[in-house]
Amino acid sequence: MEDNCCGNNDNKESFGSVSHLKPFASTPVMQNKEEEAACCGLPPGPECSRFARPGYEICGFAEDFMDTAAGPVPKIRTKLSMSDHAMSVSARFGIGRDSYGIAPGIYCTGTPAADSPVLVTANYKLTFDALRRELSSLNSWILVLDTRGINVWCAAGKSLFSTEEVINRIKVSGLDKIVSHRELILPQLSATGVSAIDVKKRSGFKVVWGPVRANDIKSFLDAGKKADESMRRVTFTVSERLVLIPVELSFLVKPTLFILLGIFLLSGIGLEIFSIKDAWSRGIMAALAYAAGIFAGAVFVPAVLPWLPGKAFSVKGAVTGIIAAFFIVMTLKDVANTWELTALFLCTTAVSSYLGMNFTGSTPYTSPSGVEKEMRKAIPVQALAGFASIVLWIGAAFIR
Amino acid sequence: MQDFRYLYDVSTLSLNREACIGCGMCEIVCPHGVFKMEYKKADIVDKNGCMECGACAKNCPSEAISVTPGVGCAAYIIQTWIIGKNGNSRGIAKCC
Repeated sequence: MEDNCCGNNDNKESFGSVSHLKPFASTPVMQNKEEEAACCGLPPGPECSRFARPGYEICGFAEDFMDTAAGPVPKIRTKLSMSDHAMSVSARFGIGRDSYGIAPGIYCTGTPAADSPVLVTANYKLTFDALRRELSSLNSWILVLDTRGINVWCAAGKSLFSTEEVINRIKVSGLDKIVSHRELILPQLSATGVSAIDVKKRSGFKVVWGPVRANDIKSFLDAGKKADESMRRVTFTVSERLVLIPVELSFLVKPTLFILLGIFLLSGIGLEIFSIKDAWSRGIMAALAYAAGIFAGAVFVPAVLPWLPGKAFSVKGAVTGIIAAFFIVMTLKDVANTWELTALFLCTTAVSSYLGMNFTGSTPYTSPSGVEKEMRKAIPVQALAGFASIVLWIGAAFIR
Repeated sequence: MQDFRYLYDVSTLSLNREACIGCGMCEIVCPHGVFKMEYKKADIVDKNGCMECGACAKNCPSEAISVTPGVGCAAYIIQTWIIGKNGNSRGIAKCC
């Protein structure tokens, strides 16, 4: 686990300058004349940090370490580096997203004292980055839980950001040796997995519910640890919806490969039993209709969500699907017959409706009871449309 | 979030006002403003805003609130249909 402590490799940058590492950094490297004369190639790199340990890597976001009663605590940068941003982008596209955890334990910002506040968070790096960038010029302790690299709310829903883990992490990290007070600030959304009363009972630490979003943390602290109503409510703005699109699409890559294979195989079936020429020429049309369904359901639905008619997401997906299907029919009306156009129309609409419905899992307001209710009605309709689409598509090849 | 309303009359949320001790915790932890403190007791003022996250019930000291929390994700629900909520020999439903 050690070499995996931060899914990140920008240590070089942080050790390019070691001037802040006082004890040894300024000690000149002992060199004798012979060594100097024998030197070749690149000049030597900077001396190792006194905090370097065999088998461990120091994360790029740690700019220094602070000695405490519970051992050295990394002092973290509150400004994200280029590589932090680059990694966030790739995680948003589903690349490296599964191993995007940082080591749990205590971190700090500024020069905290025994009475500085303790902020508790998840060990998903996107979450950690979202928090630390809000903590410039703030002296604080950060207790990072092991939520298996999952964000606060989802981890709380999966009982990973849990009462148990809060209590366990306080104990393992030795937090009680570092701070004189007995108070933790938890993100409000972790309340799904954490019982404030049980934490107090079993660890002695009082839980104060912080704001939903990290960017309200300073106003929350300035207001005497009070959150106003807007800090307590989740939002689902255009930008919050748009960032979800790439990862939604990344989930579709694997099933799409199988679906495309199926599409080309089915498209080749006809009077000649199987025609490679048809598999290609008709397959392209069906693949276009499928792609239009993906665009309508996984891109268009999230983007314009609040303006789509209907409350059920399968309906919203069907609406965008019909619009996209209309464009497909208009584009292909000269090369496909009526049966084929009907099949393509159904395909685009069904795919879009299903993917629209699937987006419920990414929103912050859909109840599982509601999702199950709409699925019981929508899935039979989507399946029927999909089946009819395949039958019409294959049948059309025989009456072409 | 008034622009974002999901299906009505589906939430499993219920509140026993008799058992409520008026601590106000549910009003604090709810991300959708479903509860409001009235006359030193909690009241459900927007049940249709409830997404069944379970934060209120988890933090109610007198167990006055009940809700069946869960994950509103289609892929997960399909798996629970096929292999059941607690899993069977074919495995446990994996959340998205």
